[in-house]
Amino acid sequence: MSDITKQSLSELVKNIKDKKLSSEEVTKAFINRSEKSKKLNAYITENYSSALQKAKEFDQKPNLDLKLPGIPMAVKDLFCTQNIRTTAGSKILNNFVPSYESTVTKNIWNEGAILLGKLNCDEFAMGSSNETSFFGNVQNPIDKDLVPGGSSGGSASAVAGQLTPITIGTDTGGSIRQPASFTGTVGLKPTYGSCSRYGIVAFASSLDQAGPMAQNVKDCALLQEVISTYDPKDSTSIDFKRNNYSKELTYNIKGKKIGIPKEYRVDGMPHEIEELWQKGIQYVKDCGAEIVDISLPHTSYALPTYYIVAPAEASSNLARYDGVKYGFRAKGENLIDMYEKTRSEGFGAEVQRRIMIGTYVLSSGYYDAYYLKAQKVRKLIKNDFDEVFNKVDAILTPSTPSSAFKIGEKKDDPVSMYLNDIFTVPVNLAGLPGISIPAGHDTKGYPLGLQIIGKAFDEQNILNIAYAMEEKINFKNKITDWWIK
Amino acid sequence: MNKNKSEYLINRKDNQYEVVIGLEVHAQVTSQSKLFSTSATKFGAEPNTQVSLVDAAFPGMLPVINEFCVKQAIKTGIGLNAKINKRSVFDRKNYFYADLPQGYQISQFKDPIVGEGKVILDMPDGQKEVGIERLHLEQDAGKSIHDLDPQNTFVDLNRSGVALMEIVSKPDLRSPDEVSVYIKKLRSIMRYLGTCDGNMQEGSLRADVNVSVRSKGSKEFGTRCEIKNVNSIKFMQMAIEYEANRQVDLLEEGKLVDQETRLFDTKKNETRSMRSKEDAHDYRYFPDPDLLPLEVSDDFVNKIKTDIPELPDDKKKRFIDEFKLKPYEANILVSDIDTAKYFEEVVAKMGKNKDIKLAVNWITGELFAILNNKNLEISQSPISAKNLAILVNLIKNGTISGKIAKTVFELMMDGDKDPQKIVEEKGLKQQSDPKALEALIDKIINDNRDKAVEYKQGKEKLFGFFVGQAMKASGGKANPQLINEILKKKL
Repeated sequence: MSDITKQSLSELVKNIKDKKLSSEEVTKAFINRSEKSKKLNAYITENYSSALQKAKEFDQKPNLDLKLPGIPMAVKDLFCTQNIRTTAGSKILNNFVPSYESTVTKNIWNEGAILLGKLNCDEFAMGSSNETSFFGNVQNPIDKDLVPGGSSGGSASAVAGQLTPITIGTDTGGSIRQPASFTGTVGLKPTYGSCSRYGIVAFASSLDQAGPMAQNVKDCALLQEVISTYDPKDSTSIDFKRNNYSKELTYNIKGKKIGIPKEYRVDGMPHEIEELWQKGIQYVKDCGAEIVDISLPHTSYALPTYYIVAPAEASSNLARYDGVKYGFRAKGENLIDMYEKTRSEGFGAEVQRRIMIGTYVLSSGYYDAYYLKAQKVRKLIKNDFDEVFNKVDAILTPSTPSSAFKIGEKKDDPVSMYLNDIFTVPVNLAGLPGISIPAGHDTKGYPLGLQIIGKAFDEQNILNIAYAMEEKINFKNKITDWWIK
Repeated sequence: MNKNKSEYLINRKDNQYEVVIGLEVHAQVTSQSKLFSTSATKFGAEPNTQVSLVDAAFPGMLPVINEFCVKQAIKTGIGLNAKINKRSVFDRKNYFYADLPQGYQISQFKDPIVGEGKVILDMPDGQKEVGIERLHLEQDAGKSIHDLDPQNTFVDLNRSGVALMEIVSKPDLRSPDEVSVYIKKLRSIMRYLGTCDGNMQEGSLRADVNVSVRSKGSKEFGTRCEIKNVNSIKFMQMAIEYEANRQVDLLEEGKLVDQETRLFDTKKNETRSMRSKEDAHDYRYFPDPDLLPLEVSDDFVNKIKTDIPELPDDKKKRFIDEFKLKPYEANILVSDIDTAKYFEEVVAKMGKNKDIKLAVNWITGELFAILNNKNLEISQSPISAKNLAILVNLIKNGTISGKIAKTVFELMMDGDKDPQKIVEEKGLKQQSDPKALEALIDKIINDNRDKAVEYKQGKEKLFGFFVGQAMKASGGKANPQLINEILKKKL
């Protein structure tokens, strides 16, 4: 089979279970393609020889009852992986090799998956274009010199470019959904508390959530089923009844009420996005769902709220990278000097910017005006959603206000960069699940995504809606393999 | 002179100053594992052998609250007659230091687990109530060791993440003596509860001492200074004395006291400035997003309440009521839980015809003396409560005299011997047979006729001579009361 890497996860699993493919064949295929795809710069750390070894071991004693039997996959380099370097895209963790495994990745290996390598991302997941990575920017397989989005840019690029059949990313303000939208792939940000944060390098603890990224909704559902477990090691993990998302997937969304929030029609939004949204509305109607106009009145405060809460938490979360215990250490005259040099040289500009913003909004005299107020607004934003979910089952919005932009285009304009998260950030602030599915192309031929937001713990519902829409949309990603000579 | 003899005032020319003291006591929670991790908390382990990935703040590691530590804090709160807050919040206190791996300490800032309470102090001139402002849970930091190497500082993270209770008093204390009694009382309560071992040498109990002074009679508080991390009662008293006098001297010179953090130099016996208010850290407290607010139910608290043993104040009251002890005796016996336990065991073992007063005298007299001499805790007493009870009974029922009892007591120390057996083996039983004693005394009077005559003529001092002779002749075993009676009759 020459086109192994073109197969979806579900096809690969079926072929391995039917013994039409061995894990070794599949693993080899993705390694080969990954090796030919260095130009994308999707990987930070490759784990090919070990992956091949593991695949062989799997084939010798195949356990075909597993959900990911012998499936190779690469993961975002924010997940700590035992004995494999974990950098979070930062110089400060350039030499860091964890002795432990994150719960989410452990769940994946327990279901038979094999680690191909660690994928590039914005430094400490702070960025929307993968340009803040210490390991260089990532190319979007859609087109040369196009950003893949961020922060899970390497993950999105690797899935879209078929370097890995599926992957996991993390989403603090849109870091799964925005790159999925930019690369024509599917990305789910689960409900806060659905996936354990144990062993994931923290950015903003009250917002961070791991989630699946895949070629299609079904693969996404299967991966979500694997990674979402209650974990007593994470105090914010929630013990709720988790569905067999892939098994319970259905096209039937008849009678579902889908809300269309008027506040998401933002000024200056390209016409193409509006058209895409209208098309999406038509698709769900065609599926038998009912459209309800709704209002989320505090939407315009979401972005400023996010850019207070997230940096505040980050400024504290990143204090542990001080050169004392692990990671990069610069030489200093004394302790303070060592701290200053380590953190100045170890962190990139965007990370430093956010640490400074976060330190500022928490400092005495400013705390009430910024952090405390932001927490109050966050509550209002959550209340908006709670209110609306009394009337509707899900909300349909665009994933991003534009398609993928050029590398370097927004690099020196952080505010314009931050605006990219305008539709995704409210979902994190409210702790809700959201999924981005590819829904069309703009005039340049770049993919555009639609987002479906659900009630807390209602992943099954938004997966079903996405599944039904996916069938109607029948999206085809235009991957030309331009980076492979 | 002051009317109130225990009033502590600092006198200068025409002015008298009152000292106002508030304490922030850091008490290490007695627990197997740390506040947010499963590492052990044993004191004195090899450096960095009780450190988990959470304690060392590895990337992606998350705190998980130790329920036992929460129970211990609530228990302590109940012991301090304090309000238990059913909802409390853990905050991050952010600062950089090499022995603080996370770059923040998890503590409770706005919403502590325990609110206002009170502690009763037994002072020489009566009881005094000291208000408790709050009790909160927090993590201890690691330890920086600066003197092992001229170039480098070493860090031991064994203590990093160990649970502490910070108990904040209201500014109700007025003298070094009250501080001493307060600390001892807190320690006593926590030892009764088993929530803190109170071992100050091992750092399980230490305090930040806030001191200010004001003119006697003034209602306003003066500017306070905080003396950080004082780890013995003696040092606390010395530091307060020095600091209060320093502040008074400033005021007398017409200067102002600066609000600042100070350190107590135990070698020079003085406090010195560590940092001024302007240099105070901005800790950027905010709720720890890794931890949900801590919510405890009424049931949870009530279950802990049923677990609370009799505490020193109640025990004291009972000892006075039940055993007719004097308040000061009861105080001595209840202040340390092991002493109270020992005493109660002696009482239980003495059986029906018991002389509690005698038992108290033996415990606070002979027993305390040998413990002191040998530098032992009462829990390590070489004489068990059971055997002390037997000894006291032997005195009470006239088997041995108090004097012989002291000899027996000495012999008991060697391997906690049964005093009954000692008395039998050594033949120390008191001679109380009047006929035998009469014969003995007749012989003495016969042998000392001249002295007997002198006594009869009025030299009454000689009575003691005859008693001495009688005791000597009996080898100290004669019942002294009988000797007296017989001698009086015969002479």
